[in-house]
Amino acid sequence: MNGVHDMGGMHGLGPVAPDPNEPLFHEPWEARALALTLAAGAWGRWTLDGSRHQRELIPGPDYLRMSYYEKWITGLEALLVRSGLVTAEELTSGRPAPGAAKTAPPLTAERVAPSLAGGGPTDRISDRRPRFALGDAVRARNIHPVGHTRLPRYARGHRGVVSAYHGAHVFPDANAHGLGERPQPLYQVRFDAAELWGPSANGPGAVFIDLWEDYLEPA
Amino acid sequence: MAHDDHPHHHHDHDRGQEPPSDMALRVKALESLLVEKGLVDPAALDAIIETYEHKVGPRNGARVVAKAWNDPAYKARLLADATAAIAELGYGGRQGEHMVVVENTPGVHNMVVCTLCSCYPWPVLGLPPVWYKSSPYRSRAVIDPRGVLAEFGVALPEDVEVRVWDSTAEIRYLVLPMRPEGTEGLDEEALAGLVSRDSMIGTAIVTGPGA
Repeated sequence: MNGVHDMGGMHGLGPVAPDPNEPLFHEPWEARALALTLAAGAWGRWTLDGSRHQRELIPGPDYLRMSYYEKWITGLEALLVRSGLVTAEELTSGRPAPGAAKTAPPLTAERVAPSLAGGGPTDRISDRRPRFALGDAVRARNIHPVGHTRLPRYARGHRGVVSAYHGAHVFPDANAHGLGERPQPLYQVRFDAAELWGPSANGPGAVFIDLWEDYLEPA
Repeated sequence: MAHDDHPHHHHDHDRGQEPPSDMALRVKALESLLVEKGLVDPAALDAIIETYEHKVGPRNGARVVAKAWNDPAYKARLLADATAAIAELGYGGRQGEHMVVVENTPGVHNMVVCTLCSCYPWPVLGLPPVWYKSSPYRSRAVIDPRGVLAEFGVALPEDVEVRVWDSTAEIRYLVLPMRPEGTEGLDEEALAGLVSRDSMIGTAIVTGPGA
């Protein structure tokens, strides 16, 4: 979707303001927000792609105003209700519905280390043969999906060169919407800065973007 | 900017002197609900936080960089298959399942961004800083990398090619910075001490011990 989250190339969003003394968490609730998101995700009721899309669905003005972990909590609340793990009434009242059965969390303290160490690899065996080879000229398609996509707007319509092949990976555009993993070839594509930004490109440079085959056409 | 402009962004120097923020109350209520329903284990929450506060952070990446500087065979393996080479040091997993390392040279400077969200190589750098996740960095890193670098105090010669890596898939990028002059005699531990987090994102240069 062409949301404000897809902000590569935008102007006017202010200076980068690194804080050399930044704490890992600014307030204790940020740490709990991170941990709650990971622990609830262990139920497997939504995918990482689905959780990213849920945050993209935050209305633009709110997305730009909210702090990072506020976006996470907003997304998590929506995922919990959509998945049925929590009802809207429970979320509002803060209490389990009368008679609600108590379940056993899938992620116990003992499972945290192996779960984080294992992660969630997205490479898959696929018999789909890659259409493009290293060095091929490709063009990012001029498409505007209304759902989740990882093809940034600033690349669409532009010409690049395949600089690496990553194998077949889970396709986020399908996986985010519960349509299955639909793995397909994933390429690293080099776009010259001048191709993307024209005369505004400031000095020699390039942007490398990892793009699935369905995002690309021969150029 | 006046403090009152940002009621939801309380700064840590104020902690303990004001009532809990709306967000603190909201997250606490959500945690209570999920614990009461048996959906999350509070001990697991503590273990996750403990992991990223004390075990997984940019010191891991610094050890990878120092080893690459000191051991040409390791560097070759790191550039050929970063996931496997990083696993040799015991690092890997969530948000670092598929790693690529990109090397800075006198002619090429690399920097990493995620324009669409906040993808970042957790096993080697830990959790991303606020600026990395912020709209200004995400919007400008791809169109104005030199301007962004200048805000970090990094000025590159005009003929250096700036390569920006936009983390759009589950591939996570780590920058291998250039080893500074005057570090020939240092062992890996001392070298690792010179490597900053930002140098591995590509928004800083590593300077020698005397700099």
